[in-house]
Amino acid sequence: MSKKYEIVIGLEIHAQLSTDSKIFCACSTKFGNEPNSNICPICTGQPGVLPTLNKKVVEFAVKTSIALNMKKIKGESIFSRKQYFYPDLPKDFQVSQYDKPLAEHGEIEIEVDHSPKKIGITRIHLEEDAGKLVHVGSDRITGSDFSLVDFNRTGVPLMEIVSEPDIRSPEEAKLYVQELAAILSYLGVCDAKMEEGSLRCDANISIRPVGQKEFGTRTELKNVNSTKALKDGLTAEVERQIEALESGEKIIQETRHYDEKTGKTIALRSKEEAHDYRYFPEPDLVPLVISDAMIAEARKDIGELPQAKIKRYVEKLNLSAEAADTIVAGKDLAEFFEKCLKSSDKAAELSNWIIGSVTAYLNEKKIGIGQSKLTPKKLVAMLNLIEKGTISKKIAKDVIVQLLETEKSAEEIVKASGTTQISDESEIEKIIDEVLAKNAKSVADYKAGKITAMGFLVGQTMKATKGRANPGLVNQLLQKKLSA
Amino acid sequence: MSDKLYTKTVHELHQLMKTKKVSSVELVTAIYERIEQVDDKVKAYLTLTKAAALIEAQKVDKRIADAKEIGPLEGIPVAIKDNMCTEGVKTTCASKILANYIPPYNATAVTELEDDGAIILGKLNMDEFAMGSSCENSAFFPTHNPWNLKTVPGGSSGGSAAAVAADEAPFALGSDTGGSIRQPASFCGVVGMKPTYGRVSRYGLVAFASSLDQIGPLAKDVTDTAIIMNVICGYDPYDSTSIDKKVPDHTKALTGKLDEIKTVGVVKELLGKGISPEVKKSIEEAIKVYEKLGAKIKMISMPSFEYALSCYYLVATAEASSNLARYDGVKFGLRSADSPDLLSMYYNTRREGFGPEVKRRIMLGTYALSSGYYDAYYLKAQKIRTLIKRDFEAAFKEVDVLISPTTPTVAFNIGEKSDDPLSMYLSDIATIPINLAGIPAISIPCGLAKGLPIGLQIMGNVLEEEKIIKAAYAFEQKTKWHKERPKL
Amino acid sequence: MTISKKDVEHVAKLARLGLSEEEKEKLTQQLNDILKYAEQINQLDTDKVPPTSHSIPMQNVFREDEAKPCRNTADILANGPQTQETTFRVPKMLE
Repeated sequence: MSKKYEIVIGLEIHAQLSTDSKIFCACSTKFGNEPNSNICPICTGQPGVLPTLNKKVVEFAVKTSIALNMKKIKGESIFSRKQYFYPDLPKDFQVSQYDKPLAEHGEIEIEVDHSPKKIGITRIHLEEDAGKLVHVGSDRITGSDFSLVDFNRTGVPLMEIVSEPDIRSPEEAKLYVQELAAILSYLGVCDAKMEEGSLRCDANISIRPVGQKEFGTRTELKNVNSTKALKDGLTAEVERQIEALESGEKIIQETRHYDEKTGKTIALRSKEEAHDYRYFPEPDLVPLVISDAMIAEARKDIGELPQAKIKRYVEKLNLSAEAADTIVAGKDLAEFFEKCLKSSDKAAELSNWIIGSVTAYLNEKKIGIGQSKLTPKKLVAMLNLIEKGTISKKIAKDVIVQLLETEKSAEEIVKASGTTQISDESEIEKIIDEVLAKNAKSVADYKAGKITAMGFLVGQTMKATKGRANPGLVNQLLQKKLSA
Repeated sequence: MSDKLYTKTVHELHQLMKTKKVSSVELVTAIYERIEQVDDKVKAYLTLTKAAALIEAQKVDKRIADAKEIGPLEGIPVAIKDNMCTEGVKTTCASKILANYIPPYNATAVTELEDDGAIILGKLNMDEFAMGSSCENSAFFPTHNPWNLKTVPGGSSGGSAAAVAADEAPFALGSDTGGSIRQPASFCGVVGMKPTYGRVSRYGLVAFASSLDQIGPLAKDVTDTAIIMNVICGYDPYDSTSIDKKVPDHTKALTGKLDEIKTVGVVKELLGKGISPEVKKSIEEAIKVYEKLGAKIKMISMPSFEYALSCYYLVATAEASSNLARYDGVKFGLRSADSPDLLSMYYNTRREGFGPEVKRRIMLGTYALSSGYYDAYYLKAQKIRTLIKRDFEAAFKEVDVLISPTTPTVAFNIGEKSDDPLSMYLSDIATIPINLAGIPAISIPCGLAKGLPIGLQIMGNVLEEEKIIKAAYAFEQKTKWHKERPKL
Repeated sequence: MTISKKDVEHVAKLARLGLSEEEKEKLTQQLNDILKYAEQINQLDTDKVPPTSHSIPMQNVFREDEAKPCRNTADILANGPQTQETTFRVPKMLE
């Protein structure tokens, strides 16, 4: 990318809060595929209904505000009506916080090229999600014959987190979203999965000549559904803006969409109607006033956050920074890891298994550890079998796959497959005798001083036991026999 | 006996039920007969639910057959303004856009009545979406004033007031955003009460202006009003703005004396210009009644009242423009047959579905909230609202209750003001400040002029419904205007 | 401030309200009359007056986070002007 321009990015993140019920009614937030199976008079905006605010939504937002170091949390915030007509919006207004958001002025720290960088958070506010539209006859609005409306998602609580324009590269944007996702998931307030839509991201992006103080005209990149697409989309948009400026064109303030297939961004609407949302305070809801007591209560509920956890893993458990990063990146992995540590002190070995075979398996199957059959108890038991010499590490790599896939314990697996390590000296001796008898030439070579022949004989012994012989014992016994 | 049943008050009917002199089925049947006789002329009802009402009445009769105690509304028929949701029964708001809407749920106030054994007779006509002061804005037909069929019954709860006045229902529920219970009660010579904002749940009341709307009773006398208030008031977890305070027994205020009410204030601004001489004369006589009852009379000036109408029309229309956005042809109600695409559907549905007054208010409200005008109109109006509240707060430091005429004139003729919105709005001049301040008020009959009733408005401080009822009952005991009935 | 017919058209568009030419003319006149009357509020100095959006002051009214199934989903769908299986169908959207 050009050194001539500086990139300026600000992000708006919409996080679906993982409450049981919707923000303003008692409909469940967990629903299947059947459209409109989770609706009630309130979330479909029937004439005469009124909203009632879900307490947990407020608690979650206060927790997040504390974790994001928001300076203003205490005091009044107001719900307003943001008015525009759209079929997925049953009341044709969205209840959202506008001029008095829940929290303001915070920051989070990300690590850019091994040095810390602070990204400012402008505000955190609460609002209700809209429903879903399916356009029939085309995969987009354009060219469709009609559309179908599903209100299941309508009223699911959303928390919008708006960053300052402090982000200076697509990579930083990605790191910021990853860090934020980790924090939200550790707080237990959001699943934070972009692919599933529980975390959504809109980016405002502009460029300006290095040294210039004023911002350039920005465009908005909407609907990216992974951190990779965010980074790639922003990169493509930066390139487009540089090219435009270099060839003397002007940047138009507009909403753009990143097409992963072509690797380019395209303008969503050419003649965008100037919005006039006619915000005014929602008369059906009363002001929300966050007190010191509410903040103190929420603070009690905040566990160890990702950055602190990584630091502890590295400093206290002697994990490598990479290993700590990988485990902490997934809240479920870290929880799994910490449960293992309750009955095992082999932190390094546990982490190797978790970031190695276990993660590889989970990635391949695209599942979380919770969806596998592996439990902390089963993993620790397997480690104990290795330590006792019952199985080799090599065998363990096969065993762990079965631990992930079946309900069986390591012991049961090993017993059933007969893959217990052979540590019985007399049994191994018997096999060695057979191997030596079959490979008289190698025995002679060794005795003649060709030490490498030893390796071949060890290998043959292991092969004869299908890898089950205790390798240490095999070495020891072979040495003894050959030097006899 | 049953031939005159329909003329009786709730408390009289309760006595008859309690002493088993009359059954709920007999009573319900008698009322429907009355409706059949007179509703062709009055046109108070939009929907009758006779079959369901008779089934419910039978159930109540069975239940009370061997009950020792029966509730005050048990087996008593009631009619509901058509902007309160009734599950399974059409609720139209007298609008084409909801002509076929069947709510999937009940308004809390309706549930309260049903739980107490009241029998729902049907749904009552009104100005479309409660916007109007004459009932002429109903999309279906105007309701006529039973005292003089050529005049309006008032509005927007015109159907409610007319039904009670014409003995087509012992009592009714209405809603009041700027006077919509009190003004028609005044025009039709019945008692109408707007409780403190938040006293009765708004859940299920189709919203006009959310920060002003309030449900209340229309009844034949103050005693009935107190009885109904006991049932419909109370906290509702489904309404965040409902007041979480214990409801007193309002009937305890029916002493016939003024007791703790020492000073009655008279709003100076509401006896001045714009008030017709006959109305002014009746109010002056009412003042004398209070003097006789032992009250000290004090003239109170409310300087902010001059701005109340402007303030109201900006606040109410702004909220209405937002509340009425949902009638868009997507989920319920009318969808224009001419809907080739979504945008056309919006425009055509709303053009065909809303009447002129509703359109006018949506336009005014949208304008008041639009970019560049919010501060000058909506915000400014909200500030004036503060001034009106302060005027009332100051007044209630000096007086216990305030009185004024409910309306500047008696009922006007049908068609007289329908083309002049501003002059129509001016008929709410005395009732509007009450909604802006959120305080309770009642309208009771206090005279007749040209054969048409005159209403006395009594206002109290926040949650002081008991004082209002006490003052109203004491007046009623001394005057008997409430015994006057229209000849139909 | 006076409202022009163009203002009326703009506001009608915001409100998604279809109006005939005749209605537009009439509304321009009527809105001007009403707003002219409402101008009187500008006589009052309200710089130091806080706005009232709720006449009875209240704060922090909450509902516990408990999910409850709705018993009348079918009745909600039954009111739909046009439904397809369990969805509400709307005419094509033009961008």
